[in-house]
Amino acid sequence: MSNFMPMLYAFWDSDITYSFRKSRVAVISALVLLAMFLTAIFAPSLAPQDPFNIAELDLFDSELPPAWAEGGSAAYLLGTDTQARDVLSSIMYGMRISLLVGFASVILAAVMGVALGLLGGFLGGIVDAVLMRIADVLLSFPPILVALLINGILRGALPSSAQAESALIVLILSIGLTNWVQYARTVRGSTMVERRKEYIEAARTLGTGKLAIMIKHILPNVLGPVLVIATINLGMAVLTEATLSFLGVGMPPTQPSLGTLIQIGNEFLFSGIWWVVVFPAAALAILVLAVNLLGDWLRDALNPKLR
Amino acid sequence: MSLLELDNIVVEFPTRRGPLEAVKGLSLDLDEGEILGLVGESGAGKSITGAAITGLIEPPGLIRSGEVRLRGARIDNLPADKMRRIRGKEIGAIFQDPLTSLNPVYTVGEQLIDTMRVHLGLDQKTARQRAIDWLAEVGIPAPEARLDQYPHQFSGGMRQRVVIALALCAEPKLIIADEPTTALDVSVQAQILSLLKRLCRENGTAVVLVTHDMGVIAETADRVAVMYAGRLVEIGDVKQVIEEPLHPYTRGLMASIPQIGIRDRRLTQIECAMPGLRNPAPGCAFAPRCPRAMDHCHSIRPAPQDAGTGQVACHLYGETS
Amino acid sequence: MFAFLIRRIIQAALVMLVVASIAFLMFRFLGDPISNLLPEDATVQDRAEMREKLGLNDPVLVQYGRFIADAAQGDFGQSYRNNRPVSDLLAERFPATAELVLVAAGLALALGVPLGIYTALNPRGWLSQGLQVISLLGISVPTFVTGILLILVFSVSLGWLPSFGRGKVVDLGWWTTGFLTVSGLKALILPAIMLALFQMTLIMRLVRAEMLEVLRADYIKFAKARGIPNRMLHFKYALKNTLIPVMTIFGLQLGGLIAFAIITETVFQWPGMGFLFIQAVNFTDVPVMAAYLVLVSFIFVVINTLVDLLYNVADPRLRAERTPARGV
Repeated sequence: MSNFMPMLYAFWDSDITYSFRKSRVAVISALVLLAMFLTAIFAPSLAPQDPFNIAELDLFDSELPPAWAEGGSAAYLLGTDTQARDVLSSIMYGMRISLLVGFASVILAAVMGVALGLLGGFLGGIVDAVLMRIADVLLSFPPILVALLINGILRGALPSSAQAESALIVLILSIGLTNWVQYARTVRGSTMVERRKEYIEAARTLGTGKLAIMIKHILPNVLGPVLVIATINLGMAVLTEATLSFLGVGMPPTQPSLGTLIQIGNEFLFSGIWWVVVFPAAALAILVLAVNLLGDWLRDALNPKLR
Repeated sequence: MSLLELDNIVVEFPTRRGPLEAVKGLSLDLDEGEILGLVGESGAGKSITGAAITGLIEPPGLIRSGEVRLRGARIDNLPADKMRRIRGKEIGAIFQDPLTSLNPVYTVGEQLIDTMRVHLGLDQKTARQRAIDWLAEVGIPAPEARLDQYPHQFSGGMRQRVVIALALCAEPKLIIADEPTTALDVSVQAQILSLLKRLCRENGTAVVLVTHDMGVIAETADRVAVMYAGRLVEIGDVKQVIEEPLHPYTRGLMASIPQIGIRDRRLTQIECAMPGLRNPAPGCAFAPRCPRAMDHCHSIRPAPQDAGTGQVACHLYGETS
Repeated sequence: MFAFLIRRIIQAALVMLVVASIAFLMFRFLGDPISNLLPEDATVQDRAEMREKLGLNDPVLVQYGRFIADAAQGDFGQSYRNNRPVSDLLAERFPATAELVLVAAGLALALGVPLGIYTALNPRGWLSQGLQVISLLGISVPTFVTGILLILVFSVSLGWLPSFGRGKVVDLGWWTTGFLTVSGLKALILPAIMLALFQMTLIMRLVRAEMLEVLRADYIKFAKARGIPNRMLHFKYALKNTLIPVMTIFGLQLGGLIAFAIITETVFQWPGMGFLFIQAVNFTDVPVMAAYLVLVSFIFVVINTLVDLLYNVADPRLRAERTPARGV
């Protein structure tokens, strides 16, 4: 451990950490995201109310405006909806789901994309050709459409009774299966470059199996850009999930994500209870904004051309 | 009066860890019609000197002090639009890579005609004819047809000819040529150099020829200035500097050029490498590598003094030897 | 050029075949046409007859062939939801989506390109900084949220513009248009803005990034060294280089507009193909889903091919693949 402190210092002093410290935007976004993550993880303890536990709801308190408005109550900071559910608590739980789906789908897409990219780049030949054709076709369609389609197919394949419970898995699969292509392409490119390098030759002559070569040697060297793609992808994944939920084919009202909350609130737009829509929408926007800003900064910081 | 004077130029780049001086107190002058070679290793500051003359140093770099004078009048502190008028019309420039120097989506003719119309106020017809003449002048066959072709339809050497035509078509009195032949095939280099030399002689155009290749200088230049770590170390007539170099660095440069006919077992090198530009040590920058360094070379920086056919900045010459 | 065209057309046909095959698989394995098309109290015999009538007892390959042949003619059978021919439904809804998409595309281009150029040329001005922020919001705030906000402000609070429907439309033979009535135009405004906003910010960012990249290029440096005035430098020399890739990307994005129209149509209850598709997904109305998929894929493939062609014509470097560099 004797070289840990110097390593830590080198990291703190390195260009990338410096660039982070210098960029107010990056730091603020990171803090905001951290706050949101923590809220999401600890929602059950933090939220003033569990909005899905009917026992905790008091219908008398429905349709209350936010605490600072006339008629509001401090117990319900951001107001309540038509079924007396606390908007703030709903947002906390909703963020939990939104982030869960977002992360899970990004991980799925990344794992799938990296694996396929490694395979295609390393094995070449017909495997690569087929993979690239599929990737090309997928990329020529807008992601929302692909996600909708996969979602539709998966839901259709399930009996309607199981649809509500499986919504989470279905969503993660739909979004993950849509977004793997970017990872695959980048990793494939890097793999093809690495594959020709001498240390791979050396490993091959030593008799190392193909799988081992791919995982132990090539993989660590092609992971760099994956992080940047993943960050940008996270924002997109959260947005896609929100959109699918809003359209009614995502998370159901019994287990709502931020998108579902917005959809529910939308129905009451004309009846004047704006807080049921505006606050979840704001939370969603801030979340995606923070992710995008952080992703932008990361991409610029890691861009060799701008150094 | 000289055509161009650089008076104690200091070019500075602010960086995260403090300002960095790429050119430290450089002075030289150039007469009308003269071809001056500016030679040195990568990072010596020669390209930046060229950029300082045309006023095209990339921000945040800037000329911290010193003056650039064209025919006696200061040009380094001119407002942007006045400087723009000088560029092209009085001072032309040629860069290293002919492929990227030409805009790929416009024909060669359009680029020539635009330049001439901006500076010489010609009408379309006259400009077009002039452009054809220029293409012929730089040795491009069938110029009339080629005028309407795109840069990618020309080979590398041809492109550089077009670049030369573009630089000269507004009839400037001075050209800054930054490594004009480095990106070309060896067989083509000689042709381009002789073309450049001929055209400049014919039109009385002075040239600052920036390069790291002494061979190019020997072929083309009248005088040569040697730069090291952002400073001028020697300047003089080409024949003298090449055959009897004064500064130990120049001597090292000359000695390290392999000569045909002489069989050496090892290539001569100058030991170590040029120092980084940050936190320069006191004294002569070359002292750590100099085979003839004396004690005070490490503490007192030598100023350029008259010697040979020009000047040299070395304690071996002048009063302090 | 001709060979290129043929190659692209074959590629396009292959993609369409793949898409149609996926559609066929959907038909085969999703949902149950029989229970959807027959009333609840149909007898076993009714069902058997229906199976025969629909040709569901034939070998798979035969069904596949029949499906492809029908699809090529635009026949996708009946919608499960409302028992009408799918092609009729789509044809009815097509003009609504088309008009919306066209107006939105025009808006996005007309605003996005000039603003992108402006922010590239004046990166530090306050307007540029402001636009940068707005563009960041534009791609972070989900489109349906912008739509809802628009409705909140312009329909609920101010009451100026309608929040659903197409207004009054005029029949022009097979096409119905909202362009010719005041209420039609009014109804078009908010949805078009919502749809255009995302694209506009995308284009703005794209143009800006592309132009900044171009302005750093050597040929711009050389033009500057030749004393080319700024106006000409930016608007002649840098602009063309910027717009060529931007145009092609925009063309490819048109497909995205059609997809995003789904969301816009849902928010504004706009009677277009997108709204139809969402209802179909909700209901698992497979024929409509499949038909929408094939139709939209077809549109994409056509657009992609056209864009490729255009790019080949616009960029002189690609045009001259047949005239190799000569000379020394």
